[in-house]
Amino acid sequence: MTAALQMQGVRKNFGPTEIIRGIDLEIRAGERHAIIGPNGAGKSTLFHLISGKYSKTAGRILLNGTEVTELQPYQINRMGLSRSFQITNIFPRLSVFENVRCGLLWSMDYRNSFWRLVDTERALNERAAQILDQIGLLDRCDLPAGVLAYAEQRALEIGITIAGGADVIMLDEPTAGMSHSETEGVVDLIRRVTEGRTLVMVEHDMGVVFNLADRISVLVYGEIIATGSPEEVRASKAVQEAYLGTVQESGEEVL
Amino acid sequence: MSASETTTARVVAPDTEPAWKRVADDQMRRGAFTRTLPMWVGAFALLMVMPLLFPSAVGVTIMNQMGISIVFALSYNMLLGQGGMLSFGHAVYFGLGGFLSVHVMNYVEYDGWWLPLPLLPFLGGLFGLAFAIPIAGFSTRRAGTVFAMISLGVGELVAACSIIFVAFFGGEEGVSGDRTMGPPVFGSEFLSEVEVYYLTAVIVLISALFMYLFSRTPAGRMANAVRDNEERAEFVGYSQRYVRFVSFCAAGFFAGVAGGLFAINYEILTEENLNLVTSGWVLLMAFIGGVGFFIGPIVGAILLTLLQTVLSNHTELWQLYVGILFVLTVMYAPRGLTGLVMMHGPALRAGRLGMLAVPYAIAVVPLLALLAGTALLLEMGHTANQSVVGESEAHVFGLTLDVTTALPWVVAAVLAVGGGYGLYRIAQYLRDAFAQATGPAGGHQ
Amino acid sequence: MTELVIFSLLNGLVTGLLLFMLSSGLTLIFSMMGVLNFAHASFYMLGAYFAYTISSYIGFWPGLIVAPLLVGLAGALVERYGLRHVHRHGHVAELIFTFGLAFLIEEIVQFFWGRATKDYSEPELLHFPLFTLYGQNFPAYKAFMILISIGIFIGLFTVLSRSRIGLIIQAAITHPHTVSNLGHNVPLVFMGVFGVGSALAGLAGVIAGPALGTFPGMAFVLGSIVFVVIVVGGLGSLPGAFVASLLIGWLQTFAIALDWSVNDLLDILGVSFDADHVLRDLWTLSLPQVAPILPYILLILILIFRPTGLMGKRET
Repeated sequence: MTAALQMQGVRKNFGPTEIIRGIDLEIRAGERHAIIGPNGAGKSTLFHLISGKYSKTAGRILLNGTEVTELQPYQINRMGLSRSFQITNIFPRLSVFENVRCGLLWSMDYRNSFWRLVDTERALNERAAQILDQIGLLDRCDLPAGVLAYAEQRALEIGITIAGGADVIMLDEPTAGMSHSETEGVVDLIRRVTEGRTLVMVEHDMGVVFNLADRISVLVYGEIIATGSPEEVRASKAVQEAYLGTVQESGEEVL
Repeated sequence: MSASETTTARVVAPDTEPAWKRVADDQMRRGAFTRTLPMWVGAFALLMVMPLLFPSAVGVTIMNQMGISIVFALSYNMLLGQGGMLSFGHAVYFGLGGFLSVHVMNYVEYDGWWLPLPLLPFLGGLFGLAFAIPIAGFSTRRAGTVFAMISLGVGELVAACSIIFVAFFGGEEGVSGDRTMGPPVFGSEFLSEVEVYYLTAVIVLISALFMYLFSRTPAGRMANAVRDNEERAEFVGYSQRYVRFVSFCAAGFFAGVAGGLFAINYEILTEENLNLVTSGWVLLMAFIGGVGFFIGPIVGAILLTLLQTVLSNHTELWQLYVGILFVLTVMYAPRGLTGLVMMHGPALRAGRLGMLAVPYAIAVVPLLALLAGTALLLEMGHTANQSVVGESEAHVFGLTLDVTTALPWVVAAVLAVGGGYGLYRIAQYLRDAFAQATGPAGGHQ
Repeated sequence: MTELVIFSLLNGLVTGLLLFMLSSGLTLIFSMMGVLNFAHASFYMLGAYFAYTISSYIGFWPGLIVAPLLVGLAGALVERYGLRHVHRHGHVAELIFTFGLAFLIEEIVQFFWGRATKDYSEPELLHFPLFTLYGQNFPAYKAFMILISIGIFIGLFTVLSRSRIGLIIQAAITHPHTVSNLGHNVPLVFMGVFGVGSALAGLAGVIAGPALGTFPGMAFVLGSIVFVVIVVGGLGSLPGAFVASLLIGWLQTFAIALDWSVNDLLDILGVSFDADHVLRDLWTLSLPQVAPILPYILLILILIFRPTGLMGKRET
């Protein structure tokens, strides 16, 4: 079985600075994979590289066995990879309903058609409403997305990300800036909406990581120093030295 | 069709429906075309009776001009309001559509082409589209400042070309034609202005309808999405460039339709119709009307055509007034005149619009004083500055004022300063009243 | 031919330096504030008109100093009470605002000075031919224009690279938020830069008014060319603006000087054409005729083949 995502010797330099220094990583189809690491380790950069936002200095990236190294974000998305952003990235002036519906259009094969009206397409509107139901924003559907509360915007962000039905979902710090109870809700939501799909997430909250992830990779200074099951990573000496030791206390609190 | 199905479904099984199904039905019902149909029928009826209300030759000419401007401004808003593309060169497609329409008219007249006149604007639209496609090809890569600069460059390029290529653009005197040479349509050869009015009105309505429908298609919705957040659009599978490309081409088509209407109405096109001045004028119309609303550019086109035709008969300074109006709109009412009206929506829904009657009535007095005083000062200043020696009379509001005497100046200054100060004094009171009428307990701000 | 080349070089230099006086200010404003000031050329026009009025009372030389200062003040006021107000609505709104301003300034100029070209001419002192070459005169006033422009650039360069305020400006160009955190008053710096940029444009107007004519359309004539310059040079790049200014200056003067046409080319190739053909304008096209559109063709070619501009770093 092919891996959902394969990275081979991926590098990224900004000017003379090496941010990603040769990453080889396989994300298995259907697993929930978390990428952790200290601030500035390059986690978001790695996300941008995979999703096509940044060009790669070297290396290859394969999505379901097909090379996507040189493709544009929209092309990669059409091949079945969808991502969210660390800083909320929605369509602020469109209604919540429309945000999700825009997330659906391409995947439901509407493309740039100008001979069909979105309001007459039953399947499209029902699918959008179902997703809103899933992310708990059904009663907010007519508000402009820009006026939602922060946690609601984060939920909408996830909603847009999963709407297209991509089989690889990448979430960049989905619980950042949330309270305890909000975090629990989001973890629940992620578990539900990624059922049967591959999930790659960057996350700082160790509780969330150990709760959700099947496997964990630890990224430090642009290199993966360990990959394995939560137990293996927790037990790894290198990880404890480089990173985990400093946050284990807060992690255990949540566990 | 689907709307009626929706309602039947709801009547049959209202209780067993899950919440999401209700929301989807609701969205479809509210977005259904049948809901806006009465407005379109009303617009059609209004357009049909207008010549009876304003039968004068001047009235019909002005209404024809309005119709052309409406289509042109609506097409411009496909770029700015819906797609987030600020163009300084939209007159290119209007002008080229118009020029080619005049040439086609001449082919009809001299080479025996068969073409009923009502089809000509759509041919003009195809010409606009033909030019828009290659230009959209390289200019829609980015929005914002860069797009604006490219549109300006292309606009200047085409305007400069129009002076060089005399065979096509006719040099300084332009190209003229005769609309009456085609086959009669319903017995009309479009000799009279009123016949042209009805032709224009029908085409305006059809164009507006299709532009409205475009905004409700996947391409139109994604234009909004790309305007809001081009990066996010890329990550839901859309190429921002291609989404803009589609909108740009559609805008070029309808600008060409407007150009074709212009050709029919005036039977002549000159360099002026595709230069920067015309491109700027359509921006003014759309923006003053309000680019955030479908109806905004219509409002702007009607208002500015009125200013252009009526106000210009009364004062040489009309463009100065338009300039002031535009800058004030950009600064204080970025959603345009339509936005000013629409912001009363919450008060209306809350049934508290009446609370604003007294404050507004109070505000009208200093506002009128300010406007009258400013206009007097400007008009008298204009007379004092420009007139030939010995002529010292300014004609404003039907008054004749001698600008060499002090009294009119003092009165004007008192009106302007007094009105301005009055508005300044009641500004807070107005804000409070508005907040109270709009938000819950005035705590909205 | 030598004569033609020398005079075209000199005239192109005059135009190019004039363009750079406008494009340098525009580039500074754009790099710092992200605003492409559509009304920049309108300040150039104001400079010419202010100087015209001042010169009619107290002569050309005081006008050379006072008019740019007045224009700079006007620019600072526009930034403080106009642009800053619109800023929160984003760059497109700012661009629309400056477009409206350009429209309004043209109307205001017509209100005060009328539509006719004003008789604003160079001072008597400079009204002589500097030298005569192959029987053609080179006016002293053009040499004066070159001198003033170069003097200004040396001054500008020194201030930007040596002085404390220059360093703050350079830092604010690249990192506006950081500079603000250091305790510098960024809004004040913005207002200052906008004022200085406008004053530069005003100065350009003061010295160009006598040479190119002082009339209400002068802003739009030069304005679009200045935009071409900064896009071709690369948005936000001062060296790029310099190179592009000279390039376009020479492009235009040489195109006007060299009377070559497609016809000549066809003659060389031995091809003849039908004088009544629809494309006759294309056959008889000559270089002076296309001179006005060359900058725009250059702009489009640059945008297609090198979107960052000649020396720009930002992808346009």
